[in-house]
Amino acid sequence: MIDFVLNGETVSVDVEPDTPLLWVIRDTLGQTGTKFGCGVAACGACTVHVDGVATRTCVLPVEAVAGASVTTIEGITDGGTRHRVQQAWIDEQVPQCGYCQSGMIMAVTALLAENPSPTDADIDDAITNICRCGTYSRIRSAIHRAARA
Amino acid sequence: MARNRKSTEGKPKSRARRRFLIGSTVAAGGLFVGWQLLGGGAPTDPATLLDPGADEAALNAWVKIARDGTVTIAVPRSEMGQGIHTALPMILAEELDADFDRVEIIDAKVDRIYVNDVMLPEGFPFGPHDESFIARQARATGRWLSGVIAVQATGGSTSVRAGWQPMREAGAMAREMLKQAAATRLGTPVASLKTERGEVVDPASGRRIGYGELAADAAGVKLAEVPPLRAPSQFRIIGQPKQRLDIPAKVDGTATFGIDVRLPDMLFAAVKHPPVVGASVTRFDPAQVQRMPGVVKTVAVPGGVAVIADSTWRAKQAIDALDIEYDLGETPDFSTDALFDSYEAALSEDGFGYQDDGEAVEMLEAAGSNVLEMTYRTPFLAHAPMEPMNCTARMDGDRLEVWAPTQAPSVSRWIAAGQADMDEDRVTINVTYLGGGFGRRGEPDFIRQAVACAMAVPGRGVQVVWSREEDIRQDTYRPATLAHFRVTTDGEGYPVAWANKLVGPSTSGQATMRYIPFGSDSGPDRTTVDGAAWLPYAIPNMRVEHILSRVPVRIGFWRSVGHSQNAFYSEAVIDELAHAAGKDPYAYRMHLLADSPRYARVLQTVARMADWEAGAPAGRARGIALHESFGSIVAQVAEVSLDDGQPRVHRVWCAVDAGIVINPDTIVAQMQGGIVYGLTAALYGEITFADGAPQQSNFPDYEMIRLSTMPTIETEIIASTEAPGGAGEPGTPPIAPAVTNALFALTGQRARELPLSRHDWTTTGS
Repeated sequence: MIDFVLNGETVSVDVEPDTPLLWVIRDTLGQTGTKFGCGVAACGACTVHVDGVATRTCVLPVEAVAGASVTTIEGITDGGTRHRVQQAWIDEQVPQCGYCQSGMIMAVTALLAENPSPTDADIDDAITNICRCGTYSRIRSAIHRAARA
Repeated sequence: MARNRKSTEGKPKSRARRRFLIGSTVAAGGLFVGWQLLGGGAPTDPATLLDPGADEAALNAWVKIARDGTVTIAVPRSEMGQGIHTALPMILAEELDADFDRVEIIDAKVDRIYVNDVMLPEGFPFGPHDESFIARQARATGRWLSGVIAVQATGGSTSVRAGWQPMREAGAMAREMLKQAAATRLGTPVASLKTERGEVVDPASGRRIGYGELAADAAGVKLAEVPPLRAPSQFRIIGQPKQRLDIPAKVDGTATFGIDVRLPDMLFAAVKHPPVVGASVTRFDPAQVQRMPGVVKTVAVPGGVAVIADSTWRAKQAIDALDIEYDLGETPDFSTDALFDSYEAALSEDGFGYQDDGEAVEMLEAAGSNVLEMTYRTPFLAHAPMEPMNCTARMDGDRLEVWAPTQAPSVSRWIAAGQADMDEDRVTINVTYLGGGFGRRGEPDFIRQAVACAMAVPGRGVQVVWSREEDIRQDTYRPATLAHFRVTTDGEGYPVAWANKLVGPSTSGQATMRYIPFGSDSGPDRTTVDGAAWLPYAIPNMRVEHILSRVPVRIGFWRSVGHSQNAFYSEAVIDELAHAAGKDPYAYRMHLLADSPRYARVLQTVARMADWEAGAPAGRARGIALHESFGSIVAQVAEVSLDDGQPRVHRVWCAVDAGIVINPDTIVAQMQGGIVYGLTAALYGEITFADGAPQQSNFPDYEMIRLSTMPTIETEIIASTEAPGGAGEPGTPPIAPAVTNALFALTGQRARELPLSRHDWTTTGS
């Protein structure tokens, strides 16, 4: 059994220790907000926070998070109130298909925790996730809006 | 789930529904203008289609209203990011005079009343503005056929174009039924009543009755005719930027995509396909992986082999461990290099002529050496939507239920029924959100596989999920094509004769062969020449022909289809001619648009936005392009530089005339998205084959625009009273030529082949 904290609650899973955290979250624990995009940590759709750090989980063995605190898109809403990044995403009408946006939002919340007022260059360096619908302009606007909020 | 989206995904459907008044059947469809033209017949009872709850009444096939005033609109098109789950409800709500804040949506079921009668006729070999008798007859036949075979699909930027009239009529009929119910209740003539944001108002007495209180009575009203529709000047919802109804669920992880469907005690399957095109599976031994953790069953599925296990990861581990033997088929040596050689060789043949105005061939012959010859090429491309192909299915006795992120629910239903060898009426298709579609999700391959897996484990839901590698290697690619141009000009340098020979497969033809047993790829296929023929420019003698050259690769519809490559060819050639004539590329186009004011206005708008006259800052250059597709006209200016020898796009200006616009914010978003999709392809996109196998398989070798390479995009919508045009695709075609033309202006080097990153730009320019 491997124990870790998922969105504030301790969970125990009985899976092969090299199972990527992504599939433990989605299939074993049934939280489907975190997405599968590429399986090689190239697109960022599977981004969650591990002890506050934005981490791509499709190649991260679950044993690596034993004892750690994992936060997914389901865990950033504070008692029914949207996170300011989520609200900025609505205000800027960012998502199109929406599939990459959980990973985007998790990458951005981690960035803003570390760098509350990122420049465009900071954003370019930190947010390398892929959005096939091409919502990048609105993502950038929403990051600046959330930083001001 | 989202506040604005009700869903029954994964839940059993309630059998005990209260039918309010079946008498409303007539209003459901019989009155809908064009219903008879679509084959007519008795429409399905709205209550059957909408499952109204105890406090709801279905007024027709598109709308039900609850006692508390909530208006629920059934949307028969797939939401894949293009905003259709907001735009179609806006159209209906406009005519219903609903309070848009009280509107919710549900996914429509699969039914003939929700037919898309625009998509199919657009494959016929007639230009979009061809109003000849035969073209009109063909379109009418196409609409009728769409109705008969009940095409319910999302693609070709048709949703608003096809939904505009029925959604308006459905809203107007429901509003009239509510007014008549109010008239009866109040004892006043219906003509004296008005409506206002979800209420019927009697101006004489000042009494107001909410739609919710009237809905049950209104459902019994029978209308003799479709009431008059609103004039555009009266619109108060259409044309206003509305927040998309699907977005709240897409920022908190609750939106259910196909891959997110969860059923009790469900299983997961991973699939492996043969490594080369045209190959097939000959042998595998399920016992080899049966004892691996979580493995339930290993089965042959259409196109490959699947391992069914208790998690996606365990299924993937097992399929990777399984030894599979293949028959490599007849094309184990297939390569794109050899394919382009064969395309070149095919140029000596005559093709099917789609456009033959004047005497282009004769004039070119007479012109002798005064002919410009140019050969352009574009590669195979994968769609690569962010959500890899997947589908969930469950066999329960004699019933099959499918949950699919599909653009084509009606095709999915007949494919699923065929795979399971059962009647279509025992198959239920639930359409989930689509994590990108771009044409790929109109294909039924992943649905067949899910059904095959479900049949292997009766009673249990199975979700088939492809790896990204399978998704890219087993795509139905945009075909590689070649275009050979011969053009001769007048003394001013303007084209007087233009011949374009296109070589490549038939996209529609090959696709229909996958869907239906009697499909064929030998007939004419407009999608292949879309954007090559019927240009807006005044070119008196023009011949555009297609030489059919089949490929062993599966090909399909890729965002904007033929336009995506033909706009590159046509608009780069126009640019070449402008430069050869020593003229400004914008002024040159304007000259050729003297008799096409609607197109000229779009081009003028983008030139004004970009301040074309002023030109680019030092070290940069600009290119311009104009293209019409799917009923909309788009012009773009791109500003580029070279960065470490590689093209870099800094800014894009985009002007669009999409006719009457439903949700302007969505048009802007779709222009941005279409530009990014086209720019990714223009700069990086190619699938190449060697030894029968695709050489790309995942994002590291199939690169995408990201934030750091994203240009600034400015979009302006041109006010129009023309019929609505498409939005999802028209932004894509102009960007490749705009960027290519800008690179020529910068470097003097003309790229006649995509992607642009493959060219050596270091020997030229700044």
